[in-house]
Amino acid sequence: MIKLVDVRKVYKMGKVDVEALRGIDLEIEEGEYVAVLGPSGSGKSTLMHIIGCLDRPTSGRYYLDGREVSRLSPSQLAEIRNTKVGFVFQSFNLLPHATALENVELPMIYRRMRAKERKKRAKMLLDMLGLGERASHRPSELSGGEQQRVAIARALANDPQILLADEPTGNLDSKSGEEVVKMFDDLWRQGRTIVVVTHDPAVAERAERVVRLLDGRIVQ
Amino acid sequence: MRVILQFLGELKRERTRMFLTVLGIAWGTASIVLMLSVGQGVIEGARRGMQGMGKAIVVVWGGETSKPYRGLKPGRKVRLREEDARLLREKVKGIGSISPEYIRWGVYVSSGKRSMNTRTVGVWPEYGPLRNICPQEGRFLNQLDLRFKRRVVFLGDEVARRLFGSDDPVGKVVHINRVPFTVIGVMKKKLQTSSYSGMDKDATFIPASTFRVMFGHRYVNDIVYRPDDISQAELVKAEVYRVMAWKYRFDPEDRQTLRMWDTIEGERAFGRVALGVQMFLGIIGGLSLLVAGVGLANIMYAVVRGRTREIGIRMAVGARPKDIIYEYLLHSALTVLAGGAIGFGLSWGLVEFINALPLKGEVFKYLGRPVMSTTTAIVASVVLGVVALTAGIFPAKRAASIDPAEALRYE
Repeated sequence: MIKLVDVRKVYKMGKVDVEALRGIDLEIEEGEYVAVLGPSGSGKSTLMHIIGCLDRPTSGRYYLDGREVSRLSPSQLAEIRNTKVGFVFQSFNLLPHATALENVELPMIYRRMRAKERKKRAKMLLDMLGLGERASHRPSELSGGEQQRVAIARALANDPQILLADEPTGNLDSKSGEEVVKMFDDLWRQGRTIVVVTHDPAVAERAERVVRLLDGRIVQ
Repeated sequence: MRVILQFLGELKRERTRMFLTVLGIAWGTASIVLMLSVGQGVIEGARRGMQGMGKAIVVVWGGETSKPYRGLKPGRKVRLREEDARLLREKVKGIGSISPEYIRWGVYVSSGKRSMNTRTVGVWPEYGPLRNICPQEGRFLNQLDLRFKRRVVFLGDEVARRLFGSDDPVGKVVHINRVPFTVIGVMKKKLQTSSYSGMDKDATFIPASTFRVMFGHRYVNDIVYRPDDISQAELVKAEVYRVMAWKYRFDPEDRQTLRMWDTIEGERAFGRVALGVQMFLGIIGGLSLLVAGVGLANIMYAVVRGRTREIGIRMAVGARPKDIIYEYLLHSALTVLAGGAIGFGLSWGLVEFINALPLKGEVFKYLGRPVMSTTTAIVASVVLGVVALTAGIFPAKRAASIDPAEALRYE
């Protein structure tokens, strides 16, 4: 399902080139639960951004469902992000002025889903994640755990096959973190492909497979 | 709908900033609309004044030949007669209406104990419509008056005022050079800013046939005509020269022989000047709007910058570049729409207010009243549209070109 061949990513920091990824070869099968483990600065987030089509590799090839996506146009990449991938971020990345319901609706808006239908689905997802009563609250009125659950509901809005999570428990207390990790377990059991980027071995050990990253290279 | 709600939310959150932006657009809109309205009013006032003498008319006077022609020396005088008007009506295709004009200055006119010296004009009935002379009371001269050499008179409004005060003069008798005439009508007051023999309000109009008998003039002062089709005015003019040249034996190219006042050409020139003035005023008003547009573009850039992370989030969940462009263009358009509507409303209110004021006096008569025409609305709307588009498109494109991965890291 996901196949990276000799993927490299170089950032220009002023006059200096910084190599975030130095030739990544990685395959993830459909329905796998993979943790990408590594210290800060190892290139985990860059890898996740490339897998999630938020960023493009400087060189190498990236195949998603057999299609090479590294050379697609910004609009084509947006369509993939909208329909095939769901993101969960460490800092939740919810729209501050929108309610929980409106945040969950967002991916469906860009999929041109009708208002009535998307509101119904957003409500259903929030109910499923135990946030039915908090639908009209803004992120500032929610706890960290609740915000992350809203973010998960948003990631599931268009029923994507792949769920990408970047340090999903990083900003949560241990109880909320545990709840979020359990949700990923459930979603994996439902057949979704889960890729979790983390530096926390406790989170990584829930995954089927752990990929260790160091200085932009897979070490194990 | 979603973007409109988002815009309203922005209005609420960023009250001061949005108020100032909308105010700038409203101010710019009001300045362009008011400039054009006042300009239109002044131009219409001036045009009304010009047309007080008659719309699209040509006045022809006799003159002196300046070229030798078939053995005849230059310097011969050509003086027009009443039958020349008949000849021109008969021979020149394209003349809509025509009238000769006899003039006698310093004619003694009296009614009871009131008297004055005035100008008496002998004309055909066509003269009234030609020279924009409409009756306020009674009627203008007709064909029967002309045929039977009736002693009837149509009074200029100032003559009527001086001889009859506030009384209705129609049906009463005035004496012109001690000959009794029945008043058949009084001219409706009009704005007249140009003339060639005096203002119509100060004249008395009698049938040309009566005039000839009474004063014994052999020559007319001038002949006034209007072509059927304004676009053919030059051809008609050339025909008038040709027919008169044939009759009086002068070179049709000798333009000194007949003097002509072509108000059609004057109106065309005035139209060009008016357009120039309107464009100038429009540009001044447009510059104010442009400044407001630059302010809006600045605000839009600030909005994009302030929302970099939000744009990143939207892109991460599937917004395409064109979705982002659409959102920010609509945001800019809504700001312009709000400011434009307020500006239009303010200008309309101000124009209505000025027009409701009882402003009297010569100045206002000539200045006219501000007019909010469809053209003004269209010009202002087009300029507003251009401002909305240009103020919105660059920030919107900037927003759409944001790298989502970078934007998500943006604090």
